[in-house]
Amino acid sequence: MAEIAPLLRASDGGAGQDPLLCVAGVSKSFREGDEHQACLDNCSFDIARGELSIIIGPSGCGKTTLINLIAGYELPDSGSITLDGAPVSAPSFDRLVVFQETTLFPWMTVYANVVFGCKVKGVPQQEMQEKAKHILSKVGLYEFRDKYPSQLSGGMQRRTELARALINDPKLMILDEPFRGLDAMTKELMQEFYLTLFEETGLTTLFVTHELEEAIFMADNLVLLTHKPARVKEILKIDLPRPRHFSMMASKKYFDLHGYAMGLLVEEAKRAFEDGNAIAFDAVSSLE
Amino acid sequence: MSVNALKLRGSNVGGKISSYVRGALSVKTLEGIVSLVAFVALWQAAVSLRIPYISNLPFPGQVWNSLGEAAGTSGYWLSWVASLKRILISFIIAQVVGVPLGLFMGMSKPFRQLIFPVFEIVRPIPPIAWIPLAILFWPTEELSIYALTFIGPFFVIVLNVMQGVASIDQSFKRAALSLGAKPSDIFWKIMLPGALPSILTGMTVGIGVAWNVLIAAEMIAGRNGLGRMTWEAYTNGNIPLIIVGMISIGVAGYLCSSLVRLIGENCMPWQRRF
Ligand SMILES: Nc1ncnc2c1ncn2[C@@H]1O[C@H](COP(=O)(O)OP(=O)(O)O)[C@@H](O)[C@H]1O
Ligand SMILES: [Mg+2]
Repeated sequence: MAEIAPLLRASDGGAGQDPLLCVAGVSKSFREGDEHQACLDNCSFDIARGELSIIIGPSGCGKTTLINLIAGYELPDSGSITLDGAPVSAPSFDRLVVFQETTLFPWMTVYANVVFGCKVKGVPQQEMQEKAKHILSKVGLYEFRDKYPSQLSGGMQRRTELARALINDPKLMILDEPFRGLDAMTKELMQEFYLTLFEETGLTTLFVTHELEEAIFMADNLVLLTHKPARVKEILKIDLPRPRHFSMMASKKYFDLHGYAMGLLVEEAKRAFEDGNAIAFDAVSSLE
Repeated sequence: MSVNALKLRGSNVGGKISSYVRGALSVKTLEGIVSLVAFVALWQAAVSLRIPYISNLPFPGQVWNSLGEAAGTSGYWLSWVASLKRILISFIIAQVVGVPLGLFMGMSKPFRQLIFPVFEIVRPIPPIAWIPLAILFWPTEELSIYALTFIGPFFVIVLNVMQGVASIDQSFKRAALSLGAKPSDIFWKIMLPGALPSILTGMTVGIGVAWNVLIAAEMIAGRNGLGRMTWEAYTNGNIPLIIVGMISIGVAGYLCSSLVRLIGENCMPWQRRF
């Protein structure tokens, strides 16, 4: 398995000379009753410009917590997060997140949701309308611009949420298990949709998932987290060619990568199961 | 008023849906008519059959005649005007004061902790129990009626808005902050619309409470109004007119509640049933 020798974090964190985002020695714990429960333990990794990096780890290991720190919703206990060299300390439209649970404003139409960022920033009316039209057409929702989120299907809601973020030209697009809860067909279409969008625009993306197939199919880099408290177990370089195509899931390279990463994940899922995490058990039984 | 209201609703929905709504309305209207006719028939029967106590009531026909007579006098309509004016002014003031107060109590924890204990002590006092103090406290009876009609819905509204704000999902605020929202945007574009369903629930409950208090206050302290008219019918021993007064109060309350509901539906298009 020499060709998939893990690209363990060395001097450059696996992301080259000038990474967009640096997560360095980040730890975070939560108070549970009287004691502190460690959730993230000294996590370090970099995200290279123009690449799609995926964070994968067992359910409940701390992925969303990590995303909340990168988004600036919470602050780490120790360590630092920098974007383009500037420390991350508050939410900003240079890093936008789409979560699993929709955060579309139910009281606004699709259009009003999408232009929200432009409105509050005072983008001129004309420019805003053009941008909105362009982005809504891109996600295939221009016809639905006057609907309310509750009138849309799950997949359409996800696309609206993507559009609401993309219109702001973020430097980093973060997706935290964005397609979880969608039916299998919609999920596959959404994956393909985002992959195409990424391959067209080269928008630096941080994607969170707990599904290995999805991860390897989409990623340039795979950051594997351990069971709680989450540490970076390994960083893998997925050097399958782009544009990606479903047929690559039958290639030897995919197969090798998958087998190697699966071994690491199963180790962690088993540890999670020993800690009494039933969801992790489902993960193990579905892997084996 | 109600006819306009129905027209307004009809104009807001598309052709297909509108005919569906009209269909549903006509079924509803039909049911309403059947139930009313049955009620009046039972009443007539009960009085004719001399059922004990109930037979002290006048016949429906007598009440109908009394209503006809009353409707021919300007006094009857002035009672309507007096009561509606009091409700309208007091209720609007209760909204104007109550909604911002509820919003700030919901958004600021220190502010809430400062105000809420007083609220918890004062709120359980039934608004009617304020009547003696209000009459002594305010220089004119008219002002005390306004004050009482204000207090009733005021607490209901503040508490509803406060809980409404507190229940707004944190993730909406976070998303808005990420997209570049300033504190004023958070207030006007997230908190206010997010709390709107609760504001309207508060209004719906509050308008009912307002009528309760108003009628009691008018009976005790009023010089005119529907409550006073009913009370005077009692002191004059005019039973049909008492019932006319009661029915008028019921209709007035119903019209006000319908108006509030209509405002609600038009303020929150995202909550319409599709
Ligand atoms: N605000 C919080 N307070 C206390 N515990 C929390 C909080 N947020 C997350 N946790 C805990 O941290 C762990 C990781 O949660 P999360 O980051 O959501 O996991 P993941 O996204 O990987 O499934 C969980 O065990 C959860 O209970
Ligand atoms: Mg999560």
